[in-house]
Amino acid sequence: MEGCGEEEQVKLLGAAKSPFTARVRMALALKGIHYEFIEEDIHNKSELLLKSNPVHKKIPVLIHSGKYVCESMIIVQYIEEAWGNKAPNLMPKDPYDRAIARFWVAFIEDKFAQSVLGVFNGQGEQQQKAAEESVANFLLLEEALSGKAYFGGDEIGLVDISLGGLLVFIKMLEKVTNLVLIDAERMPVLSAWVDRFSEADGVKDVLPDRAKIFEFISGWRAKLT
Amino acid sequence: MEACTEEEQVKLLGWLRSPFVTRVRIALALKGIQYQFIEDDAENKSQLLLQSNPVHKKVPVLIHNGKIVCESMIIVQYIDETWDTKAPNLLPKDPYDRAIARFWAAFVDDKLRPSIGGVLMGQGEKQQKAVEESLANLSLLDDALRASSCSGNAYFGGVEIGFADIALGGGLVSLKAIQKVTKTVLVDPQKMPHLCAWIDRFFEIDLVKGILPDPVKVLERISYLRAKFTSAMAGN
Repeated sequence: MEGCGEEEQVKLLGAAKSPFTARVRMALALKGIHYEFIEEDIHNKSELLLKSNPVHKKIPVLIHSGKYVCESMIIVQYIEEAWGNKAPNLMPKDPYDRAIARFWVAFIEDKFAQSVLGVFNGQGEQQQKAAEESVANFLLLEEALSGKAYFGGDEIGLVDISLGGLLVFIKMLEKVTNLVLIDAERMPVLSAWVDRFSEADGVKDVLPDRAKIFEFISGWRAKLT
Repeated sequence: MEACTEEEQVKLLGWLRSPFVTRVRIALALKGIQYQFIEDDAENKSQLLLQSNPVHKKVPVLIHNGKIVCESMIIVQYIDETWDTKAPNLLPKDPYDRAIARFWAAFVDDKLRPSIGGVLMGQGEKQQKAVEESLANLSLLDDALRASSCSGNAYFGGVEIGFADIALGGGLVSLKAIQKVTKTVLVDPQKMPHLCAWIDRFFEIDLVKGILPDPVKVLERISYLRAKFTSAMAGN
């Protein structure tokens, strides 16, 4: 049962539009953890944000019983470990399976994110190249999914959350740029995953608003061109 | 006792001068795990490397009983979790302390390494900016070590070296070489006393001494890279 006393207080500093915040909200929702959501204005950062994440000054920040945890995937792992006895487990038990999950999370954070950002920021040939790299990276993820319902197996896990947080951004980026990054023909398993994930309990209510993200990306692209 | 039968085989693919390979070698040594080191060649990567890490084609790669694990700090966590009954624990038990250890390891890879890379590869204003970023990043690490020492810890979150120490420590020989080659002072003893004390302490650990790459070879490699970057820029 959730203790809602001073000792068990969970707050999340974040922004409803942010993919990184979405990841943490998914993890909290899946574990059934009650928390206070504090919406931050990233253009006018609060004292609390600057105090709780002095190194990066970024959201999301989880505040659990007065302790600050930063960096979305580190927060998700923290949630998994601090509430280790609460189902579902977001990480497998076996060390090798955990290493594989961490590998794909790192891939999504580094190589994959870079290629998607290249599409977001790029123009002409540069953007085309970034789109091709993104497709190649998606094909690797398609392979990694290898016919399972989720990257985590039968249930949502760390990798699903890592990629899932970015999903609305990616889909709206495709719409704004008219580029296909998740190709249903070449990536049937991943495409099915997209639909399944977007509809999942705990996830669907915390996904960033599609219209707002579309607006944000359109505005950004208009300034570039 | 380490079983060296087919079932308990541990192999590590890499090259000795790599900070990432060094991290894994430190973890294996701390845990007292026997393994076969397979020297690969950065300029001529082996089939084994390309097959075992097709996504990144990078070292280190750990092969444990045929299972392939990539990415240095992921390998370190794998080692800690697989040999969890063997002391020492590389990550603390408490979830919050683990999050802090992961935070600093991520900081080393996401912020510190790129800024130092910028010093090695850059010239003029670009390099100056990278120097300033590196100084700021190293100061943050100095701050974190100051906080640790206030709690009575000689290392990032502990009385012994752990996850974040391994992440930073693996790159120390390269860091020294980069400062030498670019004639920059990034680790400033006046401004970063705790970091300097930590570096001295780290270099004094017997186990670490035996593993850190040969500074002469690392210096050679860093000089070669610097010459490559600066001539590439001059050529434009």
